[in-house]
Amino acid sequence: MSTKVGERALPTGRARRPSASEPESQNKRGMRAGTRQQGIATPWLFLAPYLLLFGSFVILPAVLGVWISLHSWDYTLPNKPFVGLDNYVALFSPGSTVSGPFWGSMRATGIFTVLSVPLLLIVPLAVALLMSKKFPGRDFLRAIYFAPYVLGVAVISVLWRYLLDNNIGLVNHYLGLLGLPDDTAWTTTTPAAWVALVGVTVWWTLGFNAVIYLAGLQDIPIELYEAARVDGAGPWLQFLHVTIPGLRPILSFITIITLLASANMFGQSYLMTQGGPGRETRTAIYQIADTGLRNFQMGSAAAMSYVLTIFLMAISAFVFYIFREKQPKKLEREVRS
Amino acid sequence: MSNFTKTKTTTTTTTTTVRAGARARRGSGSITRVVVLGAIAIAFISPIIFMIVTSLKTRADATAIPPSWIPNPISLQAFASILAPGTATPVLQWFANSMVAAALNATLVVITASLAAYPLARMQFRGKNFVFVIIVATLLVPPVILVIPNYLIVSELGWLNSLVAIIIPTAASAFGVFFMRQFFVGLPIELEEAARLDGANRFVIFMQVVLPLAKPALATLALLAFLGNWNDFLWPVYVLFSPEVQTLPAGLSTLQSANAVRYDLLMAGAVVASVPVLALFIFLQRFIIEGVSRSGVKG
Repeated sequence: MSTKVGERALPTGRARRPSASEPESQNKRGMRAGTRQQGIATPWLFLAPYLLLFGSFVILPAVLGVWISLHSWDYTLPNKPFVGLDNYVALFSPGSTVSGPFWGSMRATGIFTVLSVPLLLIVPLAVALLMSKKFPGRDFLRAIYFAPYVLGVAVISVLWRYLLDNNIGLVNHYLGLLGLPDDTAWTTTTPAAWVALVGVTVWWTLGFNAVIYLAGLQDIPIELYEAARVDGAGPWLQFLHVTIPGLRPILSFITIITLLASANMFGQSYLMTQGGPGRETRTAIYQIADTGLRNFQMGSAAAMSYVLTIFLMAISAFVFYIFREKQPKKLEREVRS
Repeated sequence: MSNFTKTKTTTTTTTTTVRAGARARRGSGSITRVVVLGAIAIAFISPIIFMIVTSLKTRADATAIPPSWIPNPISLQAFASILAPGTATPVLQWFANSMVAAALNATLVVITASLAAYPLARMQFRGKNFVFVIIVATLLVPPVILVIPNYLIVSELGWLNSLVAIIIPTAASAFGVFFMRQFFVGLPIELEEAARLDGANRFVIFMQVVLPLAKPALATLALLAFLGNWNDFLWPVYVLFSPEVQTLPAGLSTLQSANAVRYDLLMAGAVVASVPVLALFIFLQRFIIEGVSRSGVKG
């Protein structure tokens, strides 16, 4: 098959190569055939640099990871014996040395995700709705809400560990002024540490989601709102029947990226709570990175990463499924009529 | 839904009054809106202000109770001590490392992603859909499965504990390809066709016709890549272990473990790590924000 493709492409290639220097007539012949076509190698030459990187650092590792997970792969030892599915079996055997810490970290990731995702879906939507109409200073406000996001996880974590310091931190100081308990150990006790991790993350990434919502809101045709208003729908009904259905694709996108981001939480826990108290806020990513890259138990860590991945993909598929219902069209029609 | 149909029939008579009311409400509503949003915005930005304030305090002032919003005296001690050469936490070196890494990484991303995106947007060839689907599919694959094997690959290449490890592997940006392809698809094709009739080859068209039109998108992608690399945390923490090769985020972690409660120093380090990205954001925020919002609309 490939020879056929090559033969077909050759004449075009021949006509194209001299096109820069040779007579016009030949040039045009090449053009007519070539508005949609080019030498067979051309697209691949464009793609080559990227595919080299993509193959080496995305595709190869994705496959190599499976291979590693099937071995007792200690980076520091010369022998890496094949162990089949032992690494996976160990993760699912209660009482094995790896299963306790791993599922503990999965639990931490689960707690963080369940607490942070709803907030990161609702609060930015509220902000975006408040900002959806033009008013003086809107772009400035939008920039302020977005600003924490450009700082990166290391900066915001170091900053908030200071603000949440239980003796000299700003947060406890102001809580005290309000007559509330002023000695909460935000980074060393639970549940306070969860409040801190979730709160800081919401502060950090709220603007990111709000900006995406805002773009989505601006894509909803104004006529739909006008039609709804003419039909007597108040703000709440407009929100339910125009805004929400209009945002459906954006909602599914934001839900998925927020879920994945929360489930990949690492830096906040690493820098603010050091995974503590005990291992309570040590997330799955933290556990995987530490097992594989600190203790060099790479086989086990790779197995953990695939288990986590399967969880995340199942959840993503579920989210896609939820948002794929066909209700919005019905609603839209109703609003239009 | 049923509520809605009900209101539809009952409110036709009151529409005029509702409208007049709505106009009046909109006036005062927008003032309330600005005040509420403004107040939240001040609270929102205050942690960043306090970070800068604290970096200008003396050691004693930084831990004084009650905490003050004005450094007394204003002191550059913290900066002087973290930027001094020959410490175990060479912040200046980290700054240089971060700059070099982020700039080279962003350059690589822009070059490889725009080159790859062009045929995916404009050429017909066998395997095109396959390549595009594979690239886009990896956007949904959690990056965690790549960390362990990439560590081995990087180690095999001899890049461990070297800046190359954070410049090259992360340059395989699926998002970049997707983003540039969407942009190229949206460009009018006429100019390219005209150039083809003039006999220009694909590469010349790409360089001289397409790229000049794509400047805003290229700038956006370069900025997002720069920010992403500048702020990347997990990967540098594990692949760069000597202080002199670390980047600022990994370095901040080292600084924190070396000076647990020297908040003046930690905040000064955080400010050093923030200045370039905040400056980029202040001057080029339109590109950044539009880049982010476009990723959502087209995702």
